[in-house]
Amino acid sequence: MPDQAPTNSKQAALLVRNLNFYYGDFKGLKNINMDIARNKVTAFIGPSGCGKSTLLRTFNRMYDLYPGQRAEGEIMFNGKNLLDRKQDVNLVRAKIGMVFQKPTPFPMTIYENIAFGVRLYERLSKSAMDDRVEWALKKAALWEEVKSKLQQSGLSLSGGQQQRLCIARAVAVKPEVVLLDEPTSALDPISTAKIEELIYELKNEYTIAIVTHNMQQAARISDFTAFMYLGELIEMGDTDQLFLKPRNKQTEDYITGRFG
Amino acid sequence: MMMSIYTRRVWANRVGMAMSMVAMSLGLIGLMWILWTLFSKGFAALSPDLFIQDTPAPGSEGGGLRNAIVGSGLILLFSMLIATPVGIFAGIYLAEYGRISRFASFTRFMTDIMLSAPSIVIGLFIYAIFVARTGGFSGWAGSLALALIAIPVVVRTTENMLKLVPTSLREAAFAVGAPRWQVSLKVTLRAVKSGVVTGVLLAMARITGETAPLLFTALNNQFFSANMSEPMGNLPVVIYQFALSPYDNWVSLAWGGALLIALLVLAVNIGVRVAFRQKGKR
Repeated sequence: MPDQAPTNSKQAALLVRNLNFYYGDFKGLKNINMDIARNKVTAFIGPSGCGKSTLLRTFNRMYDLYPGQRAEGEIMFNGKNLLDRKQDVNLVRAKIGMVFQKPTPFPMTIYENIAFGVRLYERLSKSAMDDRVEWALKKAALWEEVKSKLQQSGLSLSGGQQQRLCIARAVAVKPEVVLLDEPTSALDPISTAKIEELIYELKNEYTIAIVTHNMQQAARISDFTAFMYLGELIEMGDTDQLFLKPRNKQTEDYITGRFG
Repeated sequence: MMMSIYTRRVWANRVGMAMSMVAMSLGLIGLMWILWTLFSKGFAALSPDLFIQDTPAPGSEGGGLRNAIVGSGLILLFSMLIATPVGIFAGIYLAEYGRISRFASFTRFMTDIMLSAPSIVIGLFIYAIFVARTGGFSGWAGSLALALIAIPVVVRTTENMLKLVPTSLREAAFAVGAPRWQVSLKVTLRAVKSGVVTGVLLAMARITGETAPLLFTALNNQFFSANMSEPMGNLPVVIYQFALSPYDNWVSLAWGGALLIALLVLAVNIGVRVAFRQKGKR
């Protein structure tokens, strides 16, 4: 399979094999095969409607919420197929966190926003929970800004801070993979820069998959890039190679702005 | 040519405005008339006696509404204690669990029917299944009947509020690995807390003045009683009986009671609006 990132299964956190996805009768993803490298940033680019968000949402079975959407094939994670009917989706989502396009703080305090997810799977003492909240907020580079107002509503923060709160919330449950679905498209350039720095830091400990409309962003922060078009994976490879020497004509046309 | 189209439009606008003004003033005049009569006759009946004396026997002087006020309060309290959890949980089921299931659309249909069912039918129903079998009128029966009227109101507002929660918030809660019941109770319900509270208060306002269902259930009691297992005095039925009576002091008490109910409903509505305005500012 020439379009795969140059990894073997030991270095891959997620192995996608023959993945097809359907919205009712419409086929949203066509026979996708790829490896998502462990502790690396993999970016998904492509024009709107190409299936990159759809692909991301298969990794944590988000599509399960909607009747009529279904996936076929294999996504291997820690030796198990995520798409297996018997797989507990809540456990999958605790291991594979997600941050969305629009910041979505829960309607509760900053502290509770972080603690909510942790409490689902761990029983911590008050002080251990305090430590975990601080740890997660530090990971998301938000601690200094909010440490004096942990009991305020998460909705009182600015958009960029809310998004970092969402990242802290995802990280707090100690997942292995963090999925980012256009995490900066609703943010100003300064907040965007902060989030990008954060992603760079986080990849030391987490596998990161990010969908972005911004090709410069993909080039800046990712190690591997996948270009998708009309539900197909057109080309995937080393980010530098894909942007500098794309092997595929369609990839080249897209990254040089000739279509899309 | 252009001018005539323009003039026609100006005139059509004037006619339309005039007609809607007339319609509005007709409505307002009716409302003001009712309120004015209620306030002038009601305030004349307001006195400390209204709250400390019980309803008078036929032919005796003075008297108050103490037994009816306490009875109404207890019946309302217990009916809302029943209706609030049942209504909220049913609303959660409809909005979060059963969006497309057949059972949910059946429930939704039944709720709509219940919303428009005549309250006297509800009273008769409770009479048949509860009063007739337990062997007597009681405060409990009254609470049950009023709860049946309040439940569909709470169900509908809860469901409608939850439907306004953006999908992104719901997905975000699922994305941290929360099971559906936690997503519903701790995230989406909390996001629309003020709307749900509003629904509960409006349901309470709705049942505060209901008379027909209480006639067959709580009946009335001219003596003070806080025992929910016995017939219980309550404002709507007292108003109904006293307003049509030949005694002047009874008629006056009926106006006083009517004013109390109107003031309570008014207070609830204003309270709801104030609470919502503060929410909007944040």
